[in-house]
Amino acid sequence: MKKMLNKKNIFTALFALAVYGLIFALVQAGALSRHFQSLLVPVGVNIILAVSLNLTVGFLGELTLGHAGFMSVGAYAGCLFTLNSTLPMAIKFPLGMLVGGLVAALFGVIIGIPALRLKGDYLAIVTLAFGEIIRSVVTNLSFTGGAGGLKKIEKASTFTIVFIVAAITVVIISNLVKSRHGRAICAIRDNVIAAESAGINVVYYKLLAFTVAAFFAGVAGVLYGHNLGILKPDTFDFNKSIEILVIVVLGGMGSIRGSILSAIIVTVLPEVLRGMEDYRMLAYAIVLIVIMLLNASPRFAALKNRLIHKSGKKAKKGEVA
Amino acid sequence: MALLEVKNLGITFGGLHAVDHLNLQVEQGALYGLIGPNGAGKTTVFNLLTGVYQPTTGSFFLDGENLTGKAPIEINKKGIARTFQNIRLFQNMSVIENVKVGLHNSGHCSFLESVLRLPRYFKEEAALDEKAMELLAVFGLDGERDYLASGLPYGKQRKLEIARALATKPKLLLLDEPAAGMNPGETAELMDTIRFVREHFGMTILLIEHDMKLVAGICEQVCVLNFGQELAHGQTSQVLANPEVITAYLGEE
Amino acid sequence: MEFFEQLLNGLNRGSIYALIALGYTMVYGIAKMLNFAHGDVIMVGAYTLSVSASLLGISPYLGVLLSIVFCAVLGVVLEKIAYKPLRNSSPLAVLITAIGVSYFLQSLALLLFGSQQQKVASVINIPSIYLGSIELTGESIATLGVTIVIMVSLTLFIKKTKTGRAMLALSEDRGAAQLMGINVNRTISITFAIGSGLAAVAGVLFVSSYGFVGPYTGSLPGIKAFVAAVLGGIGSIPGAMLGGVLLGVIESFSQAYISTQLSDAIVFGVLILVLLVRPAGLLGRKKIEKV
Repeated sequence: MKKMLNKKNIFTALFALAVYGLIFALVQAGALSRHFQSLLVPVGVNIILAVSLNLTVGFLGELTLGHAGFMSVGAYAGCLFTLNSTLPMAIKFPLGMLVGGLVAALFGVIIGIPALRLKGDYLAIVTLAFGEIIRSVVTNLSFTGGAGGLKKIEKASTFTIVFIVAAITVVIISNLVKSRHGRAICAIRDNVIAAESAGINVVYYKLLAFTVAAFFAGVAGVLYGHNLGILKPDTFDFNKSIEILVIVVLGGMGSIRGSILSAIIVTVLPEVLRGMEDYRMLAYAIVLIVIMLLNASPRFAALKNRLIHKSGKKAKKGEVA
Repeated sequence: MALLEVKNLGITFGGLHAVDHLNLQVEQGALYGLIGPNGAGKTTVFNLLTGVYQPTTGSFFLDGENLTGKAPIEINKKGIARTFQNIRLFQNMSVIENVKVGLHNSGHCSFLESVLRLPRYFKEEAALDEKAMELLAVFGLDGERDYLASGLPYGKQRKLEIARALATKPKLLLLDEPAAGMNPGETAELMDTIRFVREHFGMTILLIEHDMKLVAGICEQVCVLNFGQELAHGQTSQVLANPEVITAYLGEE
Repeated sequence: MEFFEQLLNGLNRGSIYALIALGYTMVYGIAKMLNFAHGDVIMVGAYTLSVSASLLGISPYLGVLLSIVFCAVLGVVLEKIAYKPLRNSSPLAVLITAIGVSYFLQSLALLLFGSQQQKVASVINIPSIYLGSIELTGESIATLGVTIVIMVSLTLFIKKTKTGRAMLALSEDRGAAQLMGINVNRTISITFAIGSGLAAVAGVLFVSSYGFVGPYTGSLPGIKAFVAAVLGGIGSIPGAMLGGVLLGVIESFSQAYISTQLSDAIVFGVLILVLLVRPAGLLGRKKIEKV
């Protein structure tokens, strides 16, 4: 028990509380423009999406291009639940998140199964295909409202709720990664054959990573729906999946802190650069290419090593070099 | 009865008998060498014994239990661990984490216990750390516990692989060319380490090796493979003096 | 009768997919990377045609040639700038970079031409042929004809010429090919040039049938062609042709007989099923990792 209350954990918890307190105070004092206030929930949603995608892409090392599909399934399941339930919102909203997460997790298992047979580029295309199938099926179902989508969803996603859910997501995924289960997942990423011969159940852990990631993407979807009040199938297209992937890559694969930071920047920056709307995507694209090129350059890697880890070869937990 | 009993084991790849009717008996506590020219099928034998390949004929038993056709994980759990000819470490994980992956099945914390960090998680992690450090100390790697595995020099990477294999608590350890790429000094040190592992852990070891000095130095018994078939087996000194074996290795005079 | 009409329709569409898929598959086989931006080269080709006709007043046939040359050069330049430095990186890093390049081309087109789709006049003025009651449009005839000619000449090129054999060698084993004196950089550049040139042809044929071009014109056909290449077995040239045509026909039939809106879902579903049964695609070879 002593370890649970060690300095680092206490510091992290206090820091999170301070961030929450600061933003809350700013909102109360009216110091944040309405515009910025409206970004608080999307930032939280993107944090959940990025941290969960990082589990499959960064830690398990399997490229998936269908994260928006899980988000979509979860969003529809959760929002349909709250729309049709007569319980008070305080009860049905958390339940809706759970429903959305579980339904998305179920899809995670289904999509995880081909992941057991396919690797790398093939898996990427299959997850992309799954995402597009989900979108086109949702567009054609009547109970999801078809192309028009769901409307009149209660706008229940407040900053406080999103903050709490995002914090829970971050805690769960970072705890998972640092446990024996997380080590197994990282071992599969680094060398499947060695992992198998070291007694790691590759099938189980691949499915676990897919399922957990899908669960949180589903929860993020429910929060998303209850923020906008409407859901449209086209929101969750291939480009949304790519956007989440870009957040993960910019933040650093296998770095949870990086994902959080990058989710904040990627969500807020375009709004700050308003008026330059047309240049936004161009800037995105250039930044993405430059970062990948820099990462591949040995000179830059050496520089980064010198700046970040002074100890040279010492490992940073779980991070992909 | 021998710890490892291999009966008529064979595998064919598109008509080629990579391993053909192999019989082996490795006694408990033995240090057994598997030697032969390049392409003789030695690594294929390891792949068969660890479930990476499924044999087309024959069977093998560990401690009397038939493990033929089992998956790699099952075989590892039953007590066979291995290292690889081309080192397969978890490159982006630290030295101690590599060993802790080997200790995976010694841990019992459930998903929920780990994620919620219940008291058992901390107790278990501390115990795993301790076990891992013990193993690292055997190989003189305890000073590098937080280094990335990819940052270790070659010789130490080989040792780390053995430590990881031992962490899975095997009854039988398969070493695939443990001295490959080592200089004579490192090889001598490795021989000491292998002997120590056998004494300290009471381990039975089957090893593939090209370095005849190492084989002659530590293996009591050897089996020579050539073109997938057994050429000779028995006491190391006798087998190595066998003219047929010398011909297979060096060609006709 | 409707069956034959749909079959022709599918073959027509499938030919365009096949042309694009050829670029994907050649680049994958030789440079070992998924050039996700390949679909957007179609869009660049179509815009080049449109600009050369409307602004520069060049004749359509010269415009087609210009479009092919421009795309080929673009392909080579993109490879040199964005992909070459990543040759030894993980496939994931390369794929993400390619996604970045795709975004780059799309947003550049958006800045230059705006989001409004532009009308492009068809460059094909072959009259329609009637086979009984079935109309075979000039565009279809041209598309089918051009595709067949390209496929035959590409196959001959790879089998008979020195450069073609260098490509084959490179796709087998880059290290060994290099040791045999094959100029790897040059061969990869040529591959990108051919792939992008084919994409330009596909772009011209596509807008000739469709009539409009916008910044995202290449996106969907690009993804479909990518699916076609994987379906046929990525890295295999006959696979890309088979995959492309098959995809076009399946799409056309499912639109006609099942549901227009669900046709994408059906196409993607077929891909997943095929990959589950044959993880390396229909004509692809499975790589066995040596332990």
